[in-house]
Amino acid sequence: MSDTTLPRPLSAVTEPRAIRLALIGLAVGGLILLVFAPLAVVFAEALAQGWLAALASLGNPDALAAIRLTLTVTAIAMPLNAAFGLAAAWFITRFDFRGKALLITLIDLPFSVSPVVAGLCIVLLFGANSALGGWLVANGHPIVFALPGIVLATLFVTFPFVARELIPVMIEQGRSEEEAALTLGASGWRVLFTVTLPNIRWALLYGVLLCTARAMGEFGAVAVVSGKIRGQTATMPITIEMLYNEYLSVAAFSMAGVLTMLALLTLLLKTALELRHADQLAATRRH
Amino acid sequence: MHVEIDEIAKTFGTTAALHPVSLSIPSGALVALLGPSGSGKTTLLRILGGLEFPASGRVLFDGQDATNLRVQDRQAGFVFQSYALFRHMTVFDNIAYGLHARPRASRPPKAEIARRVARLLQLIQLPDIGTRYPSQLSGGQRQRVALARALAIEPRMLLLDEPFGALDARVRKELRQGLREIHDATGLTTIFVTHDQDEAMELADLVVVMSMGRIEQIGRPQDIRARPATPFVREFITA
Repeated sequence: MSDTTLPRPLSAVTEPRAIRLALIGLAVGGLILLVFAPLAVVFAEALAQGWLAALASLGNPDALAAIRLTLTVTAIAMPLNAAFGLAAAWFITRFDFRGKALLITLIDLPFSVSPVVAGLCIVLLFGANSALGGWLVANGHPIVFALPGIVLATLFVTFPFVARELIPVMIEQGRSEEEAALTLGASGWRVLFTVTLPNIRWALLYGVLLCTARAMGEFGAVAVVSGKIRGQTATMPITIEMLYNEYLSVAAFSMAGVLTMLALLTLLLKTALELRHADQLAATRRH
Repeated sequence: MHVEIDEIAKTFGTTAALHPVSLSIPSGALVALLGPSGSGKTTLLRILGGLEFPASGRVLFDGQDATNLRVQDRQAGFVFQSYALFRHMTVFDNIAYGLHARPRASRPPKAEIARRVARLLQLIQLPDIGTRYPSQLSGGQRQRVALARALAIEPRMLLLDEPFGALDARVRKELRQGLREIHDATGLTTIFVTHDQDEAMELADLVVVMSMGRIEQIGRPQDIRARPATPFVREFITA
């Protein structure tokens, strides 16, 4: 080692100060413009005429119905997709079979198909003009322009989230822990609850949260199947659009603010869980 | 337990992993399945453990047909190549897993489970690591915990897949001795898979040399060294 008078860089993979500052500035600027500014605008517009006006617009029966509907749809879609996504990921990562690649492609289909097209397909399949839809309507179980259609559309659009999160994690972890549990005498269900699920719980949680956020925010597919009946089949995003088109800006942005807060709440929940279980998280990831 | 392998064959797709092989393992023996990768040794071990099922042939445990016995009912202590410790559980919970998994009627009470785990930790000479997680252990410690976990179910035999594969030379020597001692103390029929002929020759009572899904030779280490049955065996044990 020789004494050197030149200032040495801290590491071989760093850049001059000016470039570092420029890149950081670019990133922060982009973040402000694309994430924080819209968020601030939503709340600023909602509160443009004060708290009372915003709260009053949310107290409207139609607004309350929209909030209730969105929460109901999410509460149905989230557990169903968690269960289906888990089953699909388990099946794909633990077994070899013909048509596996096709199945993975099918799971990704909702990502590539426009939600509007997905909604139209549901209308064509279950609408009053189709044989199946006509029969269902005649028997008092309409799918389109009713809750079941909205749930179906939401399920379709959010289906990939859980499976997509789980598949890489389950491939990486392999099946040997599950096999070990079997050799120790555990039943299949016991293996699922004591080995498989604990190992994938963070990926599962993350997938479920993404699924939830998307389920609450879905517009395109739901707009087609819901019929936009105010107070009955208008979800929060659809209500926001309708209010905005009627120049009811405070009402529209108040509703948007509630939707945003629901999304932020899911993120907060995830962060809180991660903090609380930091030790287990670390133990599970290192290995 | 006496293990009898009777004309076991296994294919994966169109490739034959095991041509019909037969092998008789006397009760209490320490046996090495020795061969290069792709020789079918791990497949044979997994068939014994109930993790794979043969296309044809029979497996007999103490004279009783166990070919279609479920993996849970085999009471085979299995040590995996990468140990497969449950990463989200402490060492204590890992070792206790098999006891907790028993049906209520035969499940020991909590205090008894704790006592047994403590005794197993003593046996593997790591009495103080019960509260740690697998990620906080060295490779050698993990291997010994995996062994303790397999022993906790009071197995009828011990099956080990490349038990020393991922360890450095010094730890490997130490653990070989450890396995020998545990085998001698428990008297369990023990079968381990290895590609390392030194390990097989030094540790096992009986060495089964395998290649391309066939058994090339079965014998005591000194006999195989003195009289290799085929050119493959001669080449492999001098390599």
